[in-house]
Amino acid sequence: MSAADPTDVFRQEARELLEQLEQALLDLNDAPDDRDLVDSSFRALHTIKGSGAMFGFEEVAGFVHEFETAFDRVRKGTASISAELIKVALAAKDHIARLIAEPGKHAAAGEPILEHLRTVVESGVGHVPAPVAKAAAAGAPAAAAHGQSHGRSWRIKFRLPENALVLGANPLLLLDELRELGACEVAVSTDAVPPLDAIDPEVCYLGWDVVLSTDSPRQAIDDVFMFVRDDMELSIELVAPASTVATASAVAPQPSVALLPDINWKEPVPVVEIEKHRETSNAAGKTGSSLRVPAERLDQLMDRVGELVIAQARLSQLAAASDDANLKALSEEIERLASGLRDTTMGIRMVPIGTLFGRFRRLVHDLSNDLGKEVDFVTVGEETELDKTVIERLADPLVHVIRNAIDHGLEAPSRRVNAGKSGRGRVRLAATHAGAEVAISIADDGAGLNIERIRAKAVEAGLIAADAKLAEHELFQLVFHPGFSTAKEVTSLSGRGVGMDVVKRTIEGLRGHIDLSSKPGEGTTVTLRLPLTLAIIEGMLVRVGQGRYSIPLSAVEECVELPTDAEACKSGRNFLNIRGNLVPFLRLRELFKTKAPADPHQKVVIVSAGEFRVGLVVDQVIGNSQTVIKSLSKLHADVESFSGATILGDGTVALILDVSHLVTFGQNFESRLRDERIGRAA
Amino acid sequence: MSLNVNMSTLTGAKSTGGAMNALTLRLQDEIFAVEAESVREILDVVPITEVPNARIFVGGLINVRGRVVPLADLRVMFGMERPPADVNTRIVVVEVDLDGEPTIVAILADRVHDVTEIETATIQDAPRVGMRWRPEYIRGIGKRGDDFIIIPDMGKIFTMEDGKPSGSQEGVGL
Repeated sequence: MSAADPTDVFRQEARELLEQLEQALLDLNDAPDDRDLVDSSFRALHTIKGSGAMFGFEEVAGFVHEFETAFDRVRKGTASISAELIKVALAAKDHIARLIAEPGKHAAAGEPILEHLRTVVESGVGHVPAPVAKAAAAGAPAAAAHGQSHGRSWRIKFRLPENALVLGANPLLLLDELRELGACEVAVSTDAVPPLDAIDPEVCYLGWDVVLSTDSPRQAIDDVFMFVRDDMELSIELVAPASTVATASAVAPQPSVALLPDINWKEPVPVVEIEKHRETSNAAGKTGSSLRVPAERLDQLMDRVGELVIAQARLSQLAAASDDANLKALSEEIERLASGLRDTTMGIRMVPIGTLFGRFRRLVHDLSNDLGKEVDFVTVGEETELDKTVIERLADPLVHVIRNAIDHGLEAPSRRVNAGKSGRGRVRLAATHAGAEVAISIADDGAGLNIERIRAKAVEAGLIAADAKLAEHELFQLVFHPGFSTAKEVTSLSGRGVGMDVVKRTIEGLRGHIDLSSKPGEGTTVTLRLPLTLAIIEGMLVRVGQGRYSIPLSAVEECVELPTDAEACKSGRNFLNIRGNLVPFLRLRELFKTKAPADPHQKVVIVSAGEFRVGLVVDQVIGNSQTVIKSLSKLHADVESFSGATILGDGTVALILDVSHLVTFGQNFESRLRDERIGRAA
Repeated sequence: MSLNVNMSTLTGAKSTGGAMNALTLRLQDEIFAVEAESVREILDVVPITEVPNARIFVGGLINVRGRVVPLADLRVMFGMERPPADVNTRIVVVEVDLDGEPTIVAILADRVHDVTEIETATIQDAPRVGMRWRPEYIRGIGKRGDDFIIIPDMGKIFTMEDGKPSGSQEGVGL
């Protein structure tokens, strides 16, 4: 368990740091004067460099070092942040990711990026000195420290924690780094070394006493110890000014820099000075106490809970048939525990969708650069939680949809201005809870779908007849047809006719639905509706002939009895009057070709599928049940009216109805019956 | 015992000797051999859930230890009669490779015989004539004593798009 590959740990850590870096850079794009963002980007870079070197990713460390050097000028306020700088910094960030993912393959690609970065930084020098002025006015610790530290001697005493060597720290590297800062005199303190027979070769007993003469600020020395600081003993003191006494007296009032001749090694000396931002960043990293668990363990847990729920259902069934009061009580107790356990387990798998939204900011940024369209990207509802698996599988479809929105949806700035809109386009990504579903909508304020073009294209592709009369939403649905694309010119980004059909398939694979709405001149909204979880749902169990089926309760609106006149009227209309509304119904017996005789009093379960409400005629409504979803094998991939199967309390298998597919199927089925009837009549 | 003869090498190099470890089962009048290694378990008949509008070949689902497993009837693919289950009927749970994805499926057997070794040398290609079955469903025909044993190509059988509902049950693309 604990034998995880340390380089994997580094990779994971680096991934998070790179994400943090990317977010900070993107934020900087919007707020170039924010020093905190510059600092946090810099910290991320520095940590990647340090741990990269520690884990043997020399290429990464080398590249990041150069990146950092260039970026340092921004931090010091001598270069300004421009859109161009952000762009090349993002490219550099991507390069780091590649270097980490495939060491030894991409090293050569780094130099042009660095070259570009340096040029951009150079060109940014001077012409915007504002951040410097601002920094200076705000007390400017960096600049001030820089001024004071000129040519001073520091006495640095440090002792690494005993397990430092085991954890991979190398004191030699620390000393080397100190040497890089200036001339060093190093003395080793061996007083903690035990007698020979008590020595553990893996323990670090040594302490070091270094006198360093450097021009670098205090910060630079602190940075050397950045990665080992947590448990180590460290004291950094100003010894004597190397150049003039005047600077020393200027420093002397600072309470933390005392001129102590020696310190007691026995007493752990706390790190003398910690910059505020580092404290805050540590605090942010440790909010609450969380645990990293491999995803497959969660999946196993979920499977076990699923089995428990099935076993519990069997127990309840036994208890219900028994007269034993104890058994009944126990069964109820187990039921309560099982459902609690189920909820907790599902809760573990829930992840806020904001983790996904963050990724799209970069996409929008890049697209907006490539296409020359300025885009305001607004996200709403980041805190909405969804099953981890759902979130992972949503990433690609959302990329497609957002790409489409920016590439096809938003018009070019000039056209927008002509249409009386702001030159900046707007894409809004929002997530909200809606019952047992989560709705994710991607709305742009572009030109909207061109219905005529969709129609023309559909006719050309042979999807519909030239004179076919289709409602607007039916035409919109054509966009999801494989091989359909309305883009007149194929751009590198979209318009190749792959995409929306894949999006639709993925969403349906997650048992979700996709809707499209559009208003000419006002924009297009794509709405994805997804179930909260893929594992367990509440289902309504019904019987059709001999077969039992589960209908997702989230889709069920109500149950009514099938009026006898509707039953009698087998040939003509198939709809009910539900409080004044017409609701068409489908006889599941017909759809399923059930041969067993029908029950005398048929029931109708009214379900909603998208905008439609449809009644499903069944023989019997059995009741609600916990439904653990098991997916069907490939062998049943052609049977789309079922989204999966579940195991009932008595151990038999029941199919779970896929309401939206069933409705489509029902429509086809009826239209075919209609055609047959007309054909027969003719 | 475990000579672990790979089915795919069987038909190719039959003269190398060795034997195939196989479970023999009866479908109507014919004896079939399923590679013993792929067999997970053999069950008595359990309640079968019918999948409406599915291909008759895989028209059912069963619960195998908490797992929903498709139940296939090979007799459909070999154009045999399909009398209802009797006391000898068994369900054989096997693992087959569906387009590179190992999948657990159950197959109905009118009777399960035993695990036996089929001499690789006796296995011949299915004859092109004198057979009313599609030759691609058959990997080879082995011999045990005077009996012929049919070695079906499970991968092919399960990936073929055949066995759609036919006749009165038209194949509606659900």
